[in-house]
Formats: sequence, structure tokens, C-alpha cells
Amino acid sequence: MNHKMILRTAGLIVALEGALLLLPTLCAVCYSEWRIALWFLVTAAIAGILGLGLVVLTRGCDRTIYAKEGFVIVALGWILMSAIGALPFVFTGDIPAYHDAFFETVSGLTTTGASILTDIPAMSRGCLFWRSFTHWIGGMGVLVLMMAIVPDANGRSIHIMRAEMPGPVVDKIVPRVRDTAKILYLMYIGLTLAEVIFLLTGGMSLFESFIHTFGTAGTGGFSSRPESIGAFSPYIQWGVTVFMLLFGVNFNLYYLILIKRVKSALRSEELWLYVGLFVILTGVIAWNIRPLTAGIGESLRLAAFQVASIGTTTGYATTDFNLWPNLARMMLLLLMFVGGCAGSTAGGLKVARIGILLKSAGKELNRLRHPRSVNAVRFEGKPLSEETRAGVTNYFALYALLLAGILIMIGGEPFDMETNISAAISCFNNVGPGFSSVGPTGGYAGYSVWAKLVLSAAMLLGRLEIYPIVLSLTPSTWRKK
Amino acid sequence: MKIIVCGCGKIGTTLLSALASEGHDLCALDKDPAAVAEVTNIYDVIGVCGNGADCETLEDAGIRETDLFIAVTGSDELNMLACFLAGRMGAGRTHTIARIRNPEYNDASLDFMRRELGLSLAINPELLAARELFDILRMPSAVGIDAFSGRSFEMIELILKDDSVLDGITLQELRNTYQATVLVCTVQRGDEVLIPRSGTFTLRAGDRIGITAAPSEIAKFLRQIGLLQKKARRVMLLGGSRTAFYLAKLLTASGVSVKIIEKDPATAEDLAEKLPGVSIVLGDGAQQELLLEEGLRETDAFVALTGMDEENILISIYAASQSVPKVISKINRDELSSMAEKLGLDSFISPRRIISDVLVQYARALENSQGTAVETLYKLMDGRAEALEFRVKEPVEGVTDIPISVLGKTLKENILIAGIIRNRKTIVPGPADSILPGDRVIVLAGGHRLSDLGDILAQR
Repeated sequence: MNHKMILRTAGLIVALEGALLLLPTLCAVCYSEWRIALWFLVTAAIAGILGLGLVVLTRGCDRTIYAKEGFVIVALGWILMSAIGALPFVFTGDIPAYHDAFFETVSGLTTTGASILTDIPAMSRGCLFWRSFTHWIGGMGVLVLMMAIVPDANGRSIHIMRAEMPGPVVDKIVPRVRDTAKILYLMYIGLTLAEVIFLLTGGMSLFESFIHTFGTAGTGGFSSRPESIGAFSPYIQWGVTVFMLLFGVNFNLYYLILIKRVKSALRSEELWLYVGLFVILTGVIAWNIRPLTAGIGESLRLAAFQVASIGTTTGYATTDFNLWPNLARMMLLLLMFVGGCAGSTAGGLKVARIGILLKSAGKELNRLRHPRSVNAVRFEGKPLSEETRAGVTNYFALYALLLAGILIMIGGEPFDMETNISAAISCFNNVGPGFSSVGPTGGYAGYSVWAKLVLSAAMLLGRLEIYPIVLSLTPSTWRKK
Repeated sequence: MKIIVCGCGKIGTTLLSALASEGHDLCALDKDPAAVAEVTNIYDVIGVCGNGADCETLEDAGIRETDLFIAVTGSDELNMLACFLAGRMGAGRTHTIARIRNPEYNDASLDFMRRELGLSLAINPELLAARELFDILRMPSAVGIDAFSGRSFEMIELILKDDSVLDGITLQELRNTYQATVLVCTVQRGDEVLIPRSGTFTLRAGDRIGITAAPSEIAKFLRQIGLLQKKARRVMLLGGSRTAFYLAKLLTASGVSVKIIEKDPATAEDLAEKLPGVSIVLGDGAQQELLLEEGLRETDAFVALTGMDEENILISIYAASQSVPKVISKINRDELSSMAEKLGLDSFISPRRIISDVLVQYARALENSQGTAVETLYKLMDGRAEALEFRVKEPVEGVTDIPISVLGKTLKENILIAGIIRNRKTIVPGPADSILPGDRVIVLAGGHRLSDLGDILAQR
């Protein structure tokens, strides 16, 4: 275990967070919130000193890392980021209790969007900006950002990238890790700016345009309005639906389109599965909720928005879907597990994994029918290696096991079962809202400190896809041979 | 520059490592998914899994934007076909290099094949290794020889033993005491690599030094410092590899008597047919008795060329203990050669390092098609220093027509002009000499990546 390199990278992440904290500072200054700006500046200074201190202490260390170090770096980095990111909320008094602030920051960074806030309009602009900005940082990943900026990357950095990027198989899109990170961020920034401009033309204020774009880009879901996107015009609602779907697509496909290989991009099986799922569910739910709405236009708009929001694990809402019929609600609950495409900013199991699971289950059925038949599972036009297939099924097993653990740990909370079950599923899949008391109009404020910590852990486990956190907590990872 | 390396075996991996540290955009191509996964985990390269001679795979690897395609799979035929396709698909942009090592292809027909297949270069690591071995055996005092520009200029490496007359003398004294015009270019002391530029630099016993001089001067100098060894007349080769075959051919052509020890009957038979005049012994060279019986003690030089680095090291140590004057071992893995050095061996040869030097040079020259391109490149002392040959086609501002005494002050740290070749004559540069257009210049550089002669200047 290369402890020095782990500390060095953690230091870089913290220093980077210090730099990123200057943006909410600037925002607070723009709105003349001088006290808030000061506290953000103080936090930025703390992060900067701590981070650069670690970097200086570990200078000249051996840069060689393996997969194990990659996992630990990512887990440690994210926990540190959350711990420091929570400080401004406490300092400014917007969220007085540290555990609440921690929950909110983890929820932001993991792009979950679960909130303990009960009175959003009372928040300062600076804190609201930071809360949503964490979505944007966490969406593409802070380590990917670090690799794009710090000229530190070598061939081994792929281990860090693999640990942070979601999906069953993570590969570079261009030969160098640093260039890959840069391209990903440029595309991310490009799409973000496109949405900001769209929202501005839809009549949203500049501040709210940024807030809601951050929420969509990271597939997070924090809003500055209690009614979420429901407070805006149908035009904006349709636009946000499209952008949510766009951010849930594998970013590698955008690169293929950029280098004019549109055909290869459109050949992606995962993309069609994702689009198909969206179309079918929207149709069924729109038909199911028809009696509650004014007409087919409205029911389609509401169904499409909610399906896109839950499907990409964003968690915005335009209506209180708690009031929907049971069939529609059940579909949304199951959709939480699916999530977006691999290599996107969305959470959940990922459409690719679901596809591979279905195909390998089909292969098993075929094998039972014809024990001597030899057949390979193909995905994305290529035969799937046994390693990847086993990786996906094992991941699913661990995923189910952890979900059971989380359900048990928050099972004692004084809410109905629907609340507890949907809260655990929603947090673990980085969606945000659940049903009943944690529905789109409710929140997580009522949970105990213990449950908030458990759910924070669930969100981190979900965003980093289990392994980094679990491996870091296993003593044998740290033991010297 | 975008480069595809087809074949991720031993040579392919070495190439990826060397080219990645040069900062190229690399794509590794192999049909074995495990090999691709392995290299993408270690080096900053992108991996593509598939057959290198399949158009679709080449397309996936981005052949149309590729500047250099290198095929180093185990099969010569696959390498040729892959390069042919890559050259056609790259439409004139892609340079192609194939490893072709079967002796049957490496005869007069090679040029014809190279032309017809559109190969930019056909490389044969075993043949290159044999040539380097041949050079060392001609001058056994040296532990290594790097030849530039058609052998008119050489840099030889020496190790100063404890009783060396050079121990403790400065470069200034060296110049005054021995009338030979030699230049000490590099000094490896422990783990440090030094490029001495001032006359007060003191040599010590244990140093591994690189010196340059005109070929006639070198012999004179070696005689003066008591290091001259006669050319090897009787050579024993262990292992009948391709390198041994090429080396035996070169040696017998220059009248040296060669004995090859090979344990595989079929290979031994084959060698005996192809190499008349060479005595082939069937037997296991790891048996000391056999080596003694075959006259190990009477040979002038022993070269261990089996496929196993470890075996080569161990048998070489034994040969050295039997006071064979010159022992050379083939060691492919760099980390093993530094260990072998600690065990008392001094001369090594690594086909992998040779081929990676050639390709790094090729890539650098390609990158810099105008101006003064690199013609030859040697990585010295584990890659911590480089010796480069530039051809000065046209005047270079701040470099040409300036006396060395003035030019020396404007160079970067750790850069030395080691030699000038003008009209096939070697000049060891003195203070009054200057570089002229049309010359070839040998530059020693520590810790710099030079691709143009102008890069040697501190300010540009």
C-alpha cells in the first residue's frame, strides 16, 4: 500500500475543493451576502492549507499505484470532500447541526438530491449555490477533474479513474488519461452551458438557471424552490426532461459523435435500451395517471418528466407523484434501481448492467434447456468476457446484500415501511425523493442522527459503486504483506 | 504523435514503455485480451483487442489518424500483412515498421519485400544485436560500443578498475598526459550519471565512462592506459538462437573461429547445415564439465545467448570465474542487468533495448521532419542519458558557425557536443572548432528530450 501517494492525492483533492469553494464565495459577494462570503473564504482557506500541506509533506513520493490504491484514494477523497464541504453550512448557520450539513453535502456530491432542509427560501444565496454546485462537481467526479488539471497523471492513473467512474467497464476514450479527463469535462461543461442558456431563454433568473442546471447536469436534484421544477412553465419542464435524459447518456457516445462516428454511437445497445425503457414507461404511466390530469398533453408531460427524473436518478419533480395510482408508483420505484447509462453522471445499477444481467439470465435458461449448447453472450456488438459477466452478477449480489443491510439499519425509524424502504432505495441509487414521508413534498429532516449517517454512507456506496468504500473499510487492504 | 503498436509481447511492452515516456499518443493492439488489459493498467495507452491484420480492428484503433504503425507480433508474416494494410488504410500518412526476424526473409529479398509492401522500415532485433556484439568482440576492452553514422564514429564504454592509471586524475591532466585526442562524454558513478564539461572533473576507480575519439586514436589511447585487448580470435557462443546465427555468420566472415553450444538436436542440426565452418556442439551449456571439455578456458570470448536471462547470467558468472578474458551476456530485462552488474559482470546486450532505441529515434525524427532530425539515438545508462546524432542540413541559428568555446556557454545544463563528422572524418571538437552545415553532430544529453539540434540551446 502506497500510503504517501494516497495522502498526496487526497491533499490535491482537498486543495482543489478549496479552489472550487471560491465560486460560492463569488456568488455570495454578487448578492452582497458579506458574512456568508467571509465564511466560504475561511473554509476555502482551511481546505487550501490542509490540502497543500499534505501535498508538501508527501513531495517526492513514489507515484506507482495499483488498483487497490485507486479504490482507497477515491473513497478517502470523497469522504474528505464531504466532511469539508459541510463546514460552510455550519459556519454560516444555515444548517446548524454538523450531521445535517454532512448529510446534505454527501447528498449533493453523490448527486442524490435528498434534503433535510424544510425551509429552502430562508437559505442564503451562497449556501444554495454551493449546495447545488456540489452536484455538478460530484456528477463527473472530482478526481477526473483533478486529473484534467494537475499534470500528475501517468499510466497508473487509470486505476483512480476506474474507481470513480460508474459502469461495469471503464475505458479511456483517447490514449492518455489526462486527455480523456479533459475531453469528458469539456463535453460536460459544454452541455451545462447549453442548459443554462436554454433556461435563461425560458425566462428563469440567472441564479436559478445555474442552480437547476447544476441539479440536472450532475443528475442530482437540489432545487431552490419547494415545488422543484413544478414551479416553472411547461416549456421549461419539457426542456429539463430532455436535458436530464441527455446527462444520463454515456459520455463516450458524445465523443464518438464529436469525432463524426455517429453510426458507431447509434449502434450502442445500451442507448436503445435506455430510450426504449423511457418511452414504454412514459406511455404506461401517462395512461395510468390520465384520470388525475386535465388531458393527454398534461399527463404525457408529467409522466415523461417523472420517468426521466427518476430514471436518470435526478430527483426533480413537477408534481407530487405520491398521489399517483399504485401501478405508476411501483414502476417509479423499480425504475430507481435501473438508473442511467454507464459512463454518465447518473446513479443506480446502470442500464448496461441490467442488460448484461438479463442476457446472462437468458443464457442460463438456454443452458438448462440444452445442456450441451455452447453460446456466448454478446453486448454492444462484442462477445462479453466471462470476467465482465461474472463482475456484473457479483456486483449485483453485493448490491442486494448491502441494500438489505441498509434497510435493516434504518428499519427502526418511526416511519411507515413505504417511507423507510423507498428512502433506502432512493439514497442507495442516488435518486433523492422516495415515497410517503420522503416523497417530493417531504424530506429527510425527520430521521434520527444514526439514520442520517447510515443514509449518507448508502449514498457514498451508491455513487462510488460499492467497491471503493467496502475495500477501504477492509483491514486486509491496509495490512502489510 | 499517434502511434499504434501491434503485438503486446516482450518487445511490444518495451516499446510502449519507451514511447509512452516520450509523450506519444499510443494505442496497444493485441488479440489476447489479458495482454491488452495488462499494458493498459501500467502505461498511459489505449487498448484495442483484435487481429492486427483485420481492417475493422485497424479502423477501431484509429488507423486513419495514425502517424506510425509498428507491428511486433511473434509472426513475421502477420507483421508484414498488418503493416501492408495499415499503410494502405493510412493513405500515405501512416509510416509502417515491421519486425521481420526470420533469416530466410533477411537476405537480398528483404529490400524488394520492403518496397513492395510499402514498409518504412523492417527491423530485426537479433541482427542488430549481433552487429553490436560483433563490434564489442572486435574491441574487447570496451564493455559497450555505440556506433554512429556508418561506423565512422564510435562511443565506447569502459570500466575503470581499481588499479586503473586513470584513477584520480582530472580531465585536464588526462588531456596533457596522453597525447590522444579523446573526449570523456559520460561518467556513471554509482547510480549517478554525469556529463563532465569542465577540465577539473576527476575520474575515479569504479566509474563507467563513455569516451569518443577517432577510430585510430582509440586504440592508441587504450594502449597508453594499458587496457588494450586483442581482437577475439576464438569465440564460444552459448545457445543457437537467431542472434547466435547472425553473429556466427559475421564472425566467420572476418576469420574468427566460432563454436556454438546448443542443446536442442533439431536446432543444432539446422545450424550445422546453414553455418559451414562453425563447430556446433550438441549439449547443455549449463553443465560446467561440458564447457570445460569444449575448451572454455582457451577461448578469448564467451557470449551467453540463450532465451533465459537468468541462465545467461549464471553461466556468464561461471565463465568469468574460469578467467575467460571477455564475457558478454544477453539480458533482456533491464532490472536484471543492474543486478548482474552487482554480481561482477560488465558487458551486456539487450535486443529489446536496441529495438526500442531505434524506434524512439524514428518517432522523434518523424515528429521533426523539417530542420535537423535525429539520425541515430542511443539511450545510455538505463535511459538517464542519450547520445544523439543529428544531420545538419541547413544553418541553425545560434548553433552553426560558432566556435565551440563560445557555443559551450549557451548550451543547456548536461549537454555536450561529443563529436563532429565532416566528410566522413571524425573531429573531436576542440575550442576552436565549429559546427558547419552539412556536418553530422553527436550530442550527449542528460535529462533532456532533444528532437532538434536547436534544442541544445538554453534559450530558444
